[in-house]
Amino acid sequence: MSHLFPLGWQHYLAGGLCIGLGVALLYLATGRLAGMSSVFTSSWSYVSMRAVFRQPRWLASRAWRLQLALGLVLGAALWWLTLGPAEPMSTGVPAWRLLLGGVIAGFGARLAGGCTSGHGICGIGSLKLPSLLAVLTFMATGFVAAQWLAAVGVAP
Amino acid sequence: MSGARETRQALATVAAGALFGFGLALSGMIRPEVILSFLQFRDWGLMLVMGGALAVTLFAYQLAPRWRRAPLLGGIFEAHTASMQRGTFIGSALFGVGWGLSGVCPGPAIAGLGAGNLQMLWVIAGLATGAWLQGVLASLSAAPAVPQEG
Repeated sequence: MSHLFPLGWQHYLAGGLCIGLGVALLYLATGRLAGMSSVFTSSWSYVSMRAVFRQPRWLASRAWRLQLALGLVLGAALWWLTLGPAEPMSTGVPAWRLLLGGVIAGFGARLAGGCTSGHGICGIGSLKLPSLLAVLTFMATGFVAAQWLAAVGVAP
Repeated sequence: MSGARETRQALATVAAGALFGFGLALSGMIRPEVILSFLQFRDWGLMLVMGGALAVTLFAYQLAPRWRRAPLLGGIFEAHTASMQRGTFIGSALFGVGWGLSGVCPGPAIAGLGAGNLQMLWVIAGLATGAWLQGVLASLSAAPAVPQEG
């Protein structure tokens, strides 16, 4: 096991179950699906007059999508205060990769209609074949991108 | 009355998000290094995270509509709209490239802020820019064709 999970496996499984409970609570209580990429489209309706951002589905969901995002921040803050390190989290990934990767991932997720949560958890959880294929596709290109970076010596 | 319902829905949505965010942080998914070590085959933890989340989600999504006609706080059980179209696959291929480049996807980018990682603002700015570009390009290609003469 330890060569598959060098950091241990319990926190991965426990965290995954927590994520699932959040997705399940949202659905049971409100019927909503917890895909996280849509908030980056729906929130543009607050500042843009373009028709594409002002479709009924974005106007109707923009408030709760921001509430869900607020919850994500609060939940991670709770973890940080109780179980996390004393100092704020940080990453060794440089800003240019965070920004450029964000632009490409944001464009792609919205074109695909979902990301790791929207297709990976909610879509497969809905037994949608297109979502399963979407996940296999982004894992494949994610492997290629990350392996290529490692191969050319860009770390981490 | 509807105001009280909306308040309860908002509280439930924030609480659900908090569980989600706590899970993302506990599982290390808010650390780009952990995502990258999965994508470089050094740590398979992400599969456990996905598996654990999926097990609960499958259970809830399949049983809730059989158990109740409507969600506890009203509204309807929404249906997932994934479809077999070109954009799903081109978009997912691009998403993976961005994910592999940054080690961050939308949920962890947002949750990471809660754990004090302000570098995630770079990702959030990128995600918002990418989503804007996608919306604008989609509206251009979907614009009605110029009426033809004759």
